[in-house]
Amino acid sequence: MSPEFHNNVPITPELVAEHGLSPDEYDRLLDVMEREPTLVELGIFSVMWSEHCSYKSSRVHLGRFPTDGPHVLQGPGENAGVVDVGDGWAVAFKMESHNHPSFIEPFQGAATGVGGIMRDVFTMGARPIASLNSLRFGAPDHPKTKYLVEGVVAGIGSYGNCMGVPTVGGEVTFDPSYNGNILVNAFTLGLLKADGIFRGFASGVGNPVMYVGAKTGRDGVHGATMASDTFDDEAEQKRPTVQVGDPFTEKLLLEACLELFATDYCVGIQDMGAAGLTSSSFEMADRAGTGLILDLDKVPQRAEHLTPYELMLSESQERMLLVARKGTEQAIVDIFDKWDLDAVVVGEVTDSGEVAVLWGGETVAQIPVAPIGDEAPRYERPYAAPTDLEQRQSLDLSAIIDVAPGAPAADAAVKLVGAPNLASRQWIYRQYDHMVRLGTVIRPGEGDAAVIRLPDSDRGVAMSVDCNPRLVWLDPQRGGAAAVAESCRNLACVGAQPVGTTDCLNFGNPERAEVMWEFVRAIDGIAEACRAFGAPIVSGNVSLYNETGDVSVKPTPSVGVVGVIEDVHRAVGMGFREAGLQVALLGELEGVEGASLAGSVYLADLFEVCAGRPPAIDFERELAVQGTCRRLIASGVVRAAHDLGEGGLVMGLAEMCFGGPGVNPVGVRIEANPLGRLDQLLFGEDPGRILVAYRPDDGAAVEAEAKANGCPLTVLGMTGGGRLVVGAHLDVSVDALASSWGNGFERAVGLGAS
Amino acid sequence: MTVTAAVVVFPGSNCDEDCRHVLSDVLDVSTQMVWHKESALPDVDLVVLPGGFSYGDYLRSGAIARFSPVMKAVVEHARAGGLTFGICNGFQILTEAGLLPGALRHNRGLKFVCQDVTVRVQHSDSALTSRAVAGDDLIIPVAHNEGCYYVGPEILERLEGEGQVLLRYVDPDGEVRGQAAVNGSLAAVAGICNSARNVFGMMPHPERCSEALVGGPAYGSKNTDGRRLFEGLVAAAAGGGA
Repeated sequence: MSPEFHNNVPITPELVAEHGLSPDEYDRLLDVMEREPTLVELGIFSVMWSEHCSYKSSRVHLGRFPTDGPHVLQGPGENAGVVDVGDGWAVAFKMESHNHPSFIEPFQGAATGVGGIMRDVFTMGARPIASLNSLRFGAPDHPKTKYLVEGVVAGIGSYGNCMGVPTVGGEVTFDPSYNGNILVNAFTLGLLKADGIFRGFASGVGNPVMYVGAKTGRDGVHGATMASDTFDDEAEQKRPTVQVGDPFTEKLLLEACLELFATDYCVGIQDMGAAGLTSSSFEMADRAGTGLILDLDKVPQRAEHLTPYELMLSESQERMLLVARKGTEQAIVDIFDKWDLDAVVVGEVTDSGEVAVLWGGETVAQIPVAPIGDEAPRYERPYAAPTDLEQRQSLDLSAIIDVAPGAPAADAAVKLVGAPNLASRQWIYRQYDHMVRLGTVIRPGEGDAAVIRLPDSDRGVAMSVDCNPRLVWLDPQRGGAAAVAESCRNLACVGAQPVGTTDCLNFGNPERAEVMWEFVRAIDGIAEACRAFGAPIVSGNVSLYNETGDVSVKPTPSVGVVGVIEDVHRAVGMGFREAGLQVALLGELEGVEGASLAGSVYLADLFEVCAGRPPAIDFERELAVQGTCRRLIASGVVRAAHDLGEGGLVMGLAEMCFGGPGVNPVGVRIEANPLGRLDQLLFGEDPGRILVAYRPDDGAAVEAEAKANGCPLTVLGMTGGGRLVVGAHLDVSVDALASSWGNGFERAVGLGAS
Repeated sequence: MTVTAAVVVFPGSNCDEDCRHVLSDVLDVSTQMVWHKESALPDVDLVVLPGGFSYGDYLRSGAIARFSPVMKAVVEHARAGGLTFGICNGFQILTEAGLLPGALRHNRGLKFVCQDVTVRVQHSDSALTSRAVAGDDLIIPVAHNEGCYYVGPEILERLEGEGQVLLRYVDPDGEVRGQAAVNGSLAAVAGICNSARNVFGMMPHPERCSEALVGGPAYGSKNTDGRRLFEGLVAAAAGGGA
C-alpha cells in the first residue's frame, strides 16, 4: 500500500527553481512520481538530475569514446575503471574535478577532492598507491592566485600525505581564463588483484544495507547542485556547501575496507561522494535492478536535529554504503570497531524497484529506481563553432619579431625556462610525500611520467596527466588529440606502453553553443587518439559550468593515461647526468606547417599572444616515435628520454641538462638550423618529437631500431660542459638557465620559499 | 641466529608496511606487525615505531599515540635495554613518551617538506651508525611537517657531550650549520640516541633508500644509504651489542 505523504512544505515553482530543476524537468519528475513530490523527494531529484550526477548535457557525446580493449577489466560506469597490468595485478584509476569547492575554499576543496577520488578507487577493492593532479590557476599576478595556489597545494598535500598515498606527479597551467574559476583535478591509481574487483551492486533481496565510516553532518548539502551552476559574484557565500575533510578518518576507513575486502562478507560497496546517501543508494540499486529501504533514524549523526532532507543530501566525507551478505553484520561491525569506526545496518535490499526512505517511523520518500535514471533529462544541446574561431586561429607572425641569434636568443631562453608555465614545480611537489609506500621509481621532476613498481613483479606502472588548454581553445579536436598524444609520449619516455585512459572534461556553460562545440570536438579528438594509441577510456568525469560572469575557462579536457613497463629496472628519467652521451631526435625537428608557435608558451608567456592553428597529430608518426623510444629503453640503450612539448627544443634540452632534484647538471652541444624562423626552431611546439641520449657505442642500435619502425632520426650532438649550445644560434650557461627555472614559479606567483 | 623485529602499527601509521618490507624482505629479519591496542609486545630484538600520522597528528604529532596501550610495553622494552627505533612520526612518539629528549616542532618554513637531504654521521659508536664512519655523508629523504628538533640548552650540551647526536643535516653547500635549511632543527639535529644508546630516533626515512630501485636519483639511482643504518641495528641485534 502506498504511504500517505503530507507535504507540510508546499512545492512551489520557486522552490523547484531553487533546486535547479527547470519547469520541463519538473514535469518529468511528476511523470515519474505520478504525484506531487515531498520536499525530500524534490531534493533527491534535484541532485540526481544535476549536471554533476546525471551527465545530462554530456551523455549523448560520451558514447563516442572507445571503452573496450584487451586490458580492460572494468570500463566506465563504476566508481573507477580497472585495467589488467600483468602478473595477476590490476590497477583501478580515475580522475575527478573539485573545481568550484576549491575556488571557494582552496584548502578544504582540494583536500576533499583528493579524499573523494581515493574513496572511488578503494571502493573497487584497490589500495591507492599513487596520485597525480592537474591544476589550472588564473594569471600568476592576479590578486587571488597566490592564495589559491598555496591553499590548493597545502590541501592536496595534507590529505594525500596523511593517507600515506604518494603524490607522484601532475601539471599546472596559468591562464587568465581561470581567474574566476580555477580547476583542481585529482587522479588516483590503486592496486588490486585482477580477480579481486568489488563493485557497487545492491544485490540479494533481504541483504542488509550498512553505513560505514564517519558520522553525517550538515556539510556539503547541495554540493552537487553547486557544482552544476555557474559562479556569480556571491560565490564565496556558498562556502558552507564545501565539505570538510578528515584524512585520518579516511585512512582508518581505507584500512577497514581493505580488511573487509579480504573476507567474503561484502556484496557491493559505494562511496558516498557527491549527493551522499542519495546517489550511493540509487546507483547501487539501479545497477542490481533491486530496491532498498533506508531507515534514516539509524544513520550515525554528528549534528543534532538533522532533517531527512539534510540526511539524504549531506556530502559529509569519509562514508561508504555497503551491502553485506546476510548474517555477516556482526563480523563487519567487529572489523570497523577495530578501527574505531561506525558500521550500522541502515536498511535492506528489496525487490520493490524503489528506494523507500523512513524517518521517525514515517515514509518520507518513495521513488522508483529505474525511472530516475532512465527518465533523467538528456540534452542534445545545440552546438556551433565560436564566432571568433577564425580570429583565434589566425596568427600573424610578421607582428612578432623573430629572435636574433646570440645574446637575444640566450636572453629569451633564460626568460622562457623561468616562465610561470614552464618553471620548476619543486615548490609544489616538495609539499607532497611522493615516496611513501616504497614504490616510486621515477619521482616528480625526474622523468616525463611517474613510475611505480608492482610488488613481487618486475613490472611497473607509469602514469601521466596532460592537457594544453591553449591548444584545445585554438582547435578543440586537435587539442584533445594532442592531450592524449602527449600523455602517451610521456609514457614512452619512461619506457611504458599505454593501456588505459581516464579523463576529466572541464568546460564552460554547455547551454552556450560555442562551449558545447568545444566539448563535442574535444571528445572527437580524444576518442580518435585513444583509439590510435590503444588506450581506451575506462573512467572519467565531466565538469561543466566552469565560468564566472560571462567568462568561460579555456576548454580543459585533462586526460590521465596509464601504461605498463615490462621491466621497471629499465625505466629512465630525463636527466643526461653524464658527459659524452650522444643526443638524437626521434621525429622531425620542425613540422611542415610552420604552425608550431600556435598556442606556444613562448608566445603566451613572453608576448601574451595565444593564436594560430596548432598542428594536427600525425598518429602514424607518433606511434613510430613512441614505439622506437619504448623499445630502445626496454633494450637498455636509451639512458635518458624527454618529450619535446611546451617550450620546445630549448626547454627540452634544458630540462635534460638539469636532470631533476639531486642530479648534477650537465651541458649539451647540438647542431641544428632553422627552416625559417629561429624562434620556431628553438621554442616551437611541434608534437611527435622525443629527445634521447645514449652511449655513442650504441649509435648503430639506435639507427637500426628507428629504421625498423619507420621513425625519423637525427643525431644532434653530445652532452658535456656547462653550456647549452645550439649551433651558432644559441649559447647559454646551464647555471643561468637553472637559476631562472629553479625559482621561476615562486617568483611569478610571489610565494615564499617552502 | 635469526634477528626478530616488531613494527608497531598506530591508527594513521603509514610507513609501517615500508618498514616491514625492508626488515623482512631486504634484510631477512623475522618481522611482526603489532597493533597499538595490544598490551604486550612479542619477544623481539628490535622494536620499530614507523612514520605516518598517528591519530592524524591531531593535538600534536605523537602526543596521543604515546597513550596507546602498546606504549607501556615499548617503554619496558626500551628501559630493559632493547633496541628501539623511531622514524619520523615514530621519533616524535618516542620524544612524547620520554624515551628520547627534546621535541619536534613545526618546520621553519611551516610547510611539509619531502626531498632527499644529506645527513652527516657524527659518531659510529652506536648500533644505528655502526656501519658508517664519523664524517660520512648519507643521502636520505625527509617527509615531514614537524621535524624541527628542539631541546633546552643544558640537555643539548649533554647530548653533544655524550655523543648522542648521531646525525646532522648538511646544507647544500656541504656545511653543517646550527640551523640547517630543511626544517630549522636546533644544532642541525637529524637523529639522536638515548644515553644508554639503545633507543634511536631520526626524522629522515632510511627505509626509503634501502633498495636501489626506489632510492631516488642520488648516486646515479643507486642510493642505498638507508640500508646501512638498518644493517647496523640488525648486526647489533644479532651480536647482542653495538
